[in-house]
Amino acid sequence: MKNILQHINKAFDHRIRLGIMSILMVNEYADFTTLKELLGVTDGNLASHAKALESEKYISIEKQFIGKKPNTRYIATKEGKAAFKNHIDALEKLIKKDN
Amino acid sequence: MEKEKDYLKDIQDIRNMMDKSTQFLSLSGLSGIMAGIYALIGAAAGKYIYNLNYGRYITLESDSFKAIVAIATGVLILSVLTAYILTATKAKKRGDSIWNSTSKRLLVNFLIPLVTGGIFTLLLIKNRYYGLISPITLIFYGLACINASKYTLRDVRYLGITITIIGLIATAYMGYGLEFWALGFGVCHIVYGTVMYFKYDRKEK
Repeated sequence: MKNILQHINKAFDHRIRLGIMSILMVNEYADFTTLKELLGVTDGNLASHAKALESEKYISIEKQFIGKKPNTRYIATKEGKAAFKNHIDALEKLIKKDN
Repeated sequence: MEKEKDYLKDIQDIRNMMDKSTQFLSLSGLSGIMAGIYALIGAAAGKYIYNLNYGRYITLESDSFKAIVAIATGVLILSVLTAYILTATKAKKRGDSIWNSTSKRLLVNFLIPLVTGGIFTLLLIKNRYYGLISPITLIFYGLACINASKYTLRDVRYLGITITIIGLIATAYMGYGLEFWALGFGVCHIVYGTVMYFKYDRKEK
């Protein structure tokens, strides 16, 4: 049990961060508005959780302009994808064990 | 025990977010049924005009040809309009928006084969290959559905495969263009639209 729990990643232990990573696993990138809409969170909330994932180097944030509008893109890094995969595997093992 | 439930919920959340961010699920089944009905009415009207001219050639300049083009355009516009309205209504009910990254992706991937087929059809008309119009429109529409299906409800894939096969059969039996057209755009839409309506639309009410 203890072994498996080691792989449960604290960085993903929050609904919003879990959501951001899930979306970025299956999409090349996602912009701020898309994430906000999908997760149903406020600007500030999303920004702070994204920042937390960025500081772990699990996602990268790209700021650019489309015309005159600023656009922020979020992309999962290689490390982020690997870490998230481990996290899912650990979750699955935990569920299997309990059943 | 509390914790175990949390992990299960986490997995469900992950799956839900992965699906929701890649697939547009508000597509209305009812709009498929309606499109099929319009197509059948259009085909019947086309057949009527064809019978009026039985034994005569329908040329590009004739009024009959113009009437057939007008009917086809009308069916297309009505179908798109209905699909838009019903899908927007369903999206609203689900708390989803109709214009987001998933619906954009769905539309782009649907339009690439469809526009290619449309241009190809126009070139066929220009070169007087009239017999190929019906099979080609069926085949490209089927391929458009298959291509778009990755970004929406799974049933669209089977609709696409069925229509593509009907298009191929229509190529082998040229001269029955209108009949195959009615079968593909009319009957298939109604059948798959009904399946989707009972599988998704009604469940959410």
